[in-house]
Amino acid sequence: MSTTTTPPTAAEPTTAIGKTADYLDQRTKVGVLAKQLVRKVFPDHWSFMLGEIALFSFVVLLISGVFLAMFFDPSMALVTHHGAPATMDGQLMSTAFSSTLNMSFEVRGGLLMRQIHHWSALIFVAGIVVHMMRVFFTGAFRKPRELNWLVGTLLLILSLLAGFSGYSLPDDVLSGNGLRITDGVVKSIPIIGSYLSYFIFGGEFPGEHIIPRLFTVHILLVPALILALVGVHLFLMVLNKHTQYPGGGRTDNNVVGYPAVPAFATKMGGNFFIIFGVLALMGGTMAINNVWNYGPYDPSPVSAGAQPDWYMLFLEGSLRLMPGQAEIVTWGDYTLSLNILVPAVIIPGLLFTFLFVYPFVEAKVTGDHREHHVLDRPRNVPTRTGLGVAFLTAFIILALAGSNDLIATHFALSINTITWVFRILFFVGPVFAFWVTKRICLGLQRKDRELVLHGHETGRIVRFANGEYIEVHRPLDEQERWLRVNYEARRPLEIEPATDARGVKRKGYKKDKRWQKLSRFFYEDRVEPVTPAELAAAHAHGEHDELEPAHDTPELVSGSGNVEREH
Amino acid sequence: MSENQNPQGRDLTRHDGDGSVAQTDRFADPGVPEHHPRLADTDPKAAKRNERIIAILFAVSCLGTIGSIVAYFAVRPDGTTPGVRLSTVLLGVAIAISLFGIGFAAVHWAKTLMSGKEYIEERHSSSSSEEVRGVVQQQFKDGLEDSGIARRPVLKGAVVSALALFPLTIAVPLVSSVGGDWNVGKFRHTLWKKGVRLAYDPSGRPIKASDLTVGSVAHVIPDVPAEERESHEWITEKAKAVVLLVRMDPRDHKRDHREGASYDGIVAYSKICTHVGCPVALYEQQTHHLLCPCHQSTFDMTDGAKVVFGPAKRPLPQLPITVDDEGYLVAEDDFNEPIGPSYWERLK
Amino acid sequence: MKALAARRHHRFAPVVLLLLALLVTGGVYAALAPSPAQADTASTADIETGKKLFQANCATCHGPNAEGTTEAPSLVGVGAAAVDFQVSTGRMPMQMNGPQAEAKPRQMDEEQTAALAAYVASLGAGPAIPTDEQVDGSKGDPANGMALFRTNCAMCHNAVGAGGALSEGKFAPPLFDTSERNVYQAMLTGPQSMPVFNDANITPDEKRDIIAFLDEQKQGSAGGLTLGSLGPVSEGLWAWIIGIGLIIGGAVWIGAKSS
Repeated sequence: MSTTTTPPTAAEPTTAIGKTADYLDQRTKVGVLAKQLVRKVFPDHWSFMLGEIALFSFVVLLISGVFLAMFFDPSMALVTHHGAPATMDGQLMSTAFSSTLNMSFEVRGGLLMRQIHHWSALIFVAGIVVHMMRVFFTGAFRKPRELNWLVGTLLLILSLLAGFSGYSLPDDVLSGNGLRITDGVVKSIPIIGSYLSYFIFGGEFPGEHIIPRLFTVHILLVPALILALVGVHLFLMVLNKHTQYPGGGRTDNNVVGYPAVPAFATKMGGNFFIIFGVLALMGGTMAINNVWNYGPYDPSPVSAGAQPDWYMLFLEGSLRLMPGQAEIVTWGDYTLSLNILVPAVIIPGLLFTFLFVYPFVEAKVTGDHREHHVLDRPRNVPTRTGLGVAFLTAFIILALAGSNDLIATHFALSINTITWVFRILFFVGPVFAFWVTKRICLGLQRKDRELVLHGHETGRIVRFANGEYIEVHRPLDEQERWLRVNYEARRPLEIEPATDARGVKRKGYKKDKRWQKLSRFFYEDRVEPVTPAELAAAHAHGEHDELEPAHDTPELVSGSGNVEREH
Repeated sequence: MSENQNPQGRDLTRHDGDGSVAQTDRFADPGVPEHHPRLADTDPKAAKRNERIIAILFAVSCLGTIGSIVAYFAVRPDGTTPGVRLSTVLLGVAIAISLFGIGFAAVHWAKTLMSGKEYIEERHSSSSSEEVRGVVQQQFKDGLEDSGIARRPVLKGAVVSALALFPLTIAVPLVSSVGGDWNVGKFRHTLWKKGVRLAYDPSGRPIKASDLTVGSVAHVIPDVPAEERESHEWITEKAKAVVLLVRMDPRDHKRDHREGASYDGIVAYSKICTHVGCPVALYEQQTHHLLCPCHQSTFDMTDGAKVVFGPAKRPLPQLPITVDDEGYLVAEDDFNEPIGPSYWERLK
Repeated sequence: MKALAARRHHRFAPVVLLLLALLVTGGVYAALAPSPAQADTASTADIETGKKLFQANCATCHGPNAEGTTEAPSLVGVGAAAVDFQVSTGRMPMQMNGPQAEAKPRQMDEEQTAALAAYVASLGAGPAIPTDEQVDGSKGDPANGMALFRTNCAMCHNAVGAGGALSEGKFAPPLFDTSERNVYQAMLTGPQSMPVFNDANITPDEKRDIIAFLDEQKQGSAGGLTLGSLGPVSEGLWAWIIGIGLIIGGAVWIGAKSS
């Protein structure tokens, strides 16, 4: 175990690299930066590489995107296509669609690049989602990383925009119907809806402007924002130093891991090549978005199995589930399409609001203003874990609802029944998932307590001379035990009383009371970590602890005080 | 112990999870676990073997690169499905080999041969030191003083107004020009009017009433000369004008959405769904239900195309039809309401 | 023989014996089993034969003279094409109650089907079975076929004929294994929920163009595995299973301590 040491006074550079570094440093003071970064310590765990999935698939998107942009022509002017495939030969279509066909069938490697690009887009958003899940469930969004969480959530939204604008570029029937649905949703917005539709399309749908506009959004505006925010995201991550899992020697005041150069950087570089390799393999062997099967956009055709890419399925599902009666006509004869506004604007608004505000709500109900650099094990924060699983459940139910026609054909079910089941599940599912998850977390915590107090079962049965049988338990070693006791069981907020010493009602009491209620929801049910006193008491019970312990009845604990308090 | 840093004293809630844990009775940190050397650290033969593996992986990558270049020049795309597929698969697999070779080699090198020693680095506080904060506070104070703005409230108001207004110089022309002619009244009118024949989509042949047998469905566009159908304006108009024509047994036909719009069991309804605008086209001949594939809105064609399931609210608008003297189906009038999805001022 | 006896306690001996027993049983059965009843076949379709087959297999639901009952519709005027379609795909005789009659292994062979078709055609004029030339996809124009297919068929059968859902458990089946003749006949006769696309709506040449389009789809995809041609939902599923699965597997390997 050694810490990074300050190097002695620098020698004169002799190698090419040394001379270059010296040249730069004499002009930019880059040495200061290098000193911070070259041997910076990064903790090593596979779950810290999930953000890299998103980062590296974004790099692949940029690389393959440049190739595509060399051949794609976003104009909506009509041309007669001559050439492959046979089903499109001689047909009238937009230049955008024709250039896509050309790129796929005439340009060598063109179809490969298109497919790599599209698979990378799907993996990019999936990478953001798994990374976000890891950050959420381990509590890495706590101080000082709340800003980075906000940046990350913005990146999620931008990635959805990038994907949507991207797959609409070929101007085919599938994505064109997606644009039509977008137009319908936009039109439903009160007061400004029809004008907003004109704004987006430059006139009536579809008009001649939407594809070139989406092209600008897709290759200039959104990537610029993503690059800027990714820069901020990585900068903040380096500045705050990466978090680490709990374990021996890992505290809120240090980072234990490997230096950036060479081990960490090499692993990161290797990961990039592996991810790129997976994407290339998928792009070369698995067909995706064969737009010639849908044909150039025309308002008349539509295909069965008309869905957007997977990350938009939650919107599709909510549109499918909402019953139609909710459209109302207000007085004044104005149409308020709640049957569209609720699923397409309000539900996503609620989902994203939950994501944005969660760190601040949790900080408030914990009353915690400390910095946190050691992560939580998800079982030790049962309510947060339960809420996360409930959120995912809602998201997955909506995504499945968006695929209800494929579920119907593949499982021989009625699409109407599926819709009704999901309507109910959307409300019941997350609540059930929350309850089950929380109980599982509490159960795991209790198991950890048992393990610390009594050790591992060895399977060795010993019989004493007096006829008593016990199973020998092997106590945990220091590291195993530390992992299971090194957490804080948070308690609900305590607030000042309602009236002060003189009996005058305190201002702000009602607000405090509401926060306290929420805090109780979070922290009322908890399992405290084992203390040395409890461990000693457990050992003092001698062989009795090796038999069926009285601890099985949770309310009764022999001697160690209040293990857990439940409602 | 509460960290009450708020001078206004609003944050009076006491909380105990604040940092210092009340209980003093906690286990001690056992420190970073002992470092276990890897096989390659102690056994030079194992290290040499790993070195060989890494070198081979890099070599495989080179082969993959060469393979991809050979595939690029050797396999020409011939425009056929199998030909393009061969080129795509060969290039993709070769490129993947090239990339995997480097990736696996690099990771294996880092894991087995590069130093596996764990380091500990101290963290610094995330905020600046008190001294720095004090200096910066003073700096801002000095800067504010020097600007003199505190003594000149008029200037404060003036600069804010000017800065707040100037973005309009760009925003107004940008927003206004992007919206085209802003004429949302166009939503109410389609190409259909009295006397326009119904034609098959996409061929454009006009439709005779006798063409349709009971159980038939036809996808319909207004009968418009072929040259006019090869423009972008046509696509925009078609997006409002597409119609679904259904013939049912008159005994099954209960009601029209629009009085007198049908002709002898033949009904013509707008094909644009009143939910969010997909073409609603799945006609089930036996149930007479019309299903939209996008969100499963279902319309009953025998009963004025009213909604029987799904997220749509309003029935489909109906096109009034009759036959002309040659037996071709013609429209009697345009739709009497805007087709497709609802919008705020739809009924005005 | 000694070699065999010496190996009688080999651990694979039971497996070998089992395989042997299965082989012998199957062989004996094949040799001795009664052959299926052969209908009295003539070289040309026989209306009388058709009538007998009809009485035996169809009259219970469709009525003794195919006039229809509460169970099943009248077949007068449906034409030989409808019968050939329904019977050759095994949909008829219908054996299971469900949202719709499903294709299953056909019960009547070619001659029997032809006889039935001839009989029903004799009851009333209706669409005839198309000729081989009418359904020969190689004579059709796949580009025009695509334009027609996507306007008239894709909304139920999916853009390339992979099938799709209708309401209440009904569905439009995949077309990948449908014969050229049956594609034509289905369009012509409009089985069950499928609308009728008579020759005025989609002309015989246009029907052949559609067949040509479907034939093109048999070549698979230029991009590799078709993954069922089901669209973005299946693509998303595979992205998660294979893409994220492989990549997270790689991450676990990278993060694991080397031994």
